[in-house]
Amino acid sequence: MILRLLSFVLLAAVSSASFAQAEPLRIEITDAVIEPLPVAVPEFVAETAGAGPIAADIARVVAEDLKGTGLFREIDKAAFISQISSFAAPVQFADWKAINAQALITGAVTVQGEQIIVKFRVYDVFAGQELGKGLQLAGTRAGWRRMAHKVADQVYTRITGEGGYFDSRVVYVSETGPKDNRKKRLAIMDYDGANNQFLTDSSAIVLAPRFSPTGDRVLYTSYETGFPKIYVLDVASVGRRVLESRDGTMSFAPRFAPDGRKVVFSLESGGNTDIYLMDLATGAEQRLTNAPSIETAPSFSPDGSQIVFESDRSGSQQLYVMSANGGEPRRISAGPGRYGTPVWSPRGDLVAFTKQSKGRFHIGIMRTDGTGEKLLTASFLEEGPTWAPNGRVIMFTRETQGTDGQSSLYSVDISGRNLQRVRTEGGASDPSWSPLQQ
Amino acid sequence: MKLKLITLVIPAVLALSACTNPNRFDNGADGAGTFSSVTPGSAQDPQSPLYFQETIGDRVLFDVDQSSLNDEARRVLDGQASWLTTNADYAVVIEGHADEQGTREYNLALGARRANAVKEYLLAKGMPSSRLKTVSYGKERPLEICSQEACYSKNRRAVTILSSGLSS
Repeated sequence: MILRLLSFVLLAAVSSASFAQAEPLRIEITDAVIEPLPVAVPEFVAETAGAGPIAADIARVVAEDLKGTGLFREIDKAAFISQISSFAAPVQFADWKAINAQALITGAVTVQGEQIIVKFRVYDVFAGQELGKGLQLAGTRAGWRRMAHKVADQVYTRITGEGGYFDSRVVYVSETGPKDNRKKRLAIMDYDGANNQFLTDSSAIVLAPRFSPTGDRVLYTSYETGFPKIYVLDVASVGRRVLESRDGTMSFAPRFAPDGRKVVFSLESGGNTDIYLMDLATGAEQRLTNAPSIETAPSFSPDGSQIVFESDRSGSQQLYVMSANGGEPRRISAGPGRYGTPVWSPRGDLVAFTKQSKGRFHIGIMRTDGTGEKLLTASFLEEGPTWAPNGRVIMFTRETQGTDGQSSLYSVDISGRNLQRVRTEGGASDPSWSPLQQ
Repeated sequence: MKLKLITLVIPAVLALSACTNPNRFDNGADGAGTFSSVTPGSAQDPQSPLYFQETIGDRVLFDVDQSSLNDEARRVLDGQASWLTTNADYAVVIEGHADEQGTREYNLALGARRANAVKEYLLAKGMPSSRLKTVSYGKERPLEICSQEACYSKNRRAVTILSSGLSS
């Protein structure tokens, strides 16, 4: 819906930047310890009458996005010495240095009917110069949050050198009711919890939605027929269709191949679960594993050449990698402990997973050859990691213990820092993070 | 709880067979009342689904991560098989379940293993496969909701659900 309403136009640079050789403003987000970078985000300048509220809202969301990463600290506006009352006027760097603002973000908003235009600039205060070029975005009033996220993505990228992830969505399972009578329905929201929208009702159990590589479709498992089957849902129209499966079998744990045309999933027949690949257009199936053990939770490498999955063929759940055509898998998890729900990073460098060890659950990462295992979190029960589009943040499900146990979404960055609960109404589980929106 | 119910089966059956002897209660004022205390459709009526569910037992329990049937489970399933042989109009859906200690996908697969273990046992007892369907709910439908073994042990189950009439 928003996708169609919004057509972003990245117009010509508002100004050209000059690059000095002074120490650049840069956060290396892989550093072990980070002192959040102080950033000033004055309210954006309203360039047309009545643009004030939306200009303030956009600046607020930009600041929230940046703060939410744990890499930035917003300087209290009350501390500002000079104000930004004109987007074009020269910045008084001394005033921003005096309050130790390392980065300054200025912006302006023009409202013309339902259209809004947002301009922004990022300044490296201590170098006394712009960081990158000023940019102008055009969109609709209804899509103002996306414009704010786009601005924040630009700022984040310029300062960290990493891709952004704010202009993205999360599809997940919304949960209500007690553990023994839980109602589940698919929902989609912005990555920060805004603009929540339900995609199914709660008449049947739904599980583990997964975005397509372009975010236009979602695969999920539903008990609509009384038996678990895989459905593919079109996000824009909310239309869905079942992927036909043989009677007496159970299909679940689907994920798209990177080409968006095939689906890798688990199929259970006669009590045995193996991994299959299905062509979405023809329905043709290819069996990729053939073992009496449980093989499930497959996830493609971003280049489409390999699949990581879990299997208990060794006697306990462990992670394996095989060719996209099947064949002999190689085990990558070393143990001890049980490993499940592996997900290949969009950058291709890491696999995120769930680990169970000594009665606790963890979300962790390892390199794709199994080396460099690192546990990021620990709690009574957590599972189902999903990667932010930039491969630097992970969202997952955490469930609290006991009769009042509730599921919520959390995010953490791959250094294990900045663990945060993601805002949702009510319980939530099984997040899947979209790619950056176009 | 279930264990106690099962051990009650034998005395209950004895009592029922006693009740079918009309002479025994012929002369007492309470006789008719005692006789009619087996309400048709109740858990004491051997033809009733309630008898299947409660007196025989509609579920078997599993050890952590296991899908093999223990002696107790086999005893329950023998009772189910014999009831289903007598009551040939019923088909069943066997639901496999797991406790919450495990990832969602794995538990779905594990529940399917458990449901299938029950199915295989009933097949071996002569049930036609056309009457047996399986489904796994993984950890989605816990019966007990404490996060302790006392609850987990009841959630690691396969439940045989009667469906009236044979469906395809």
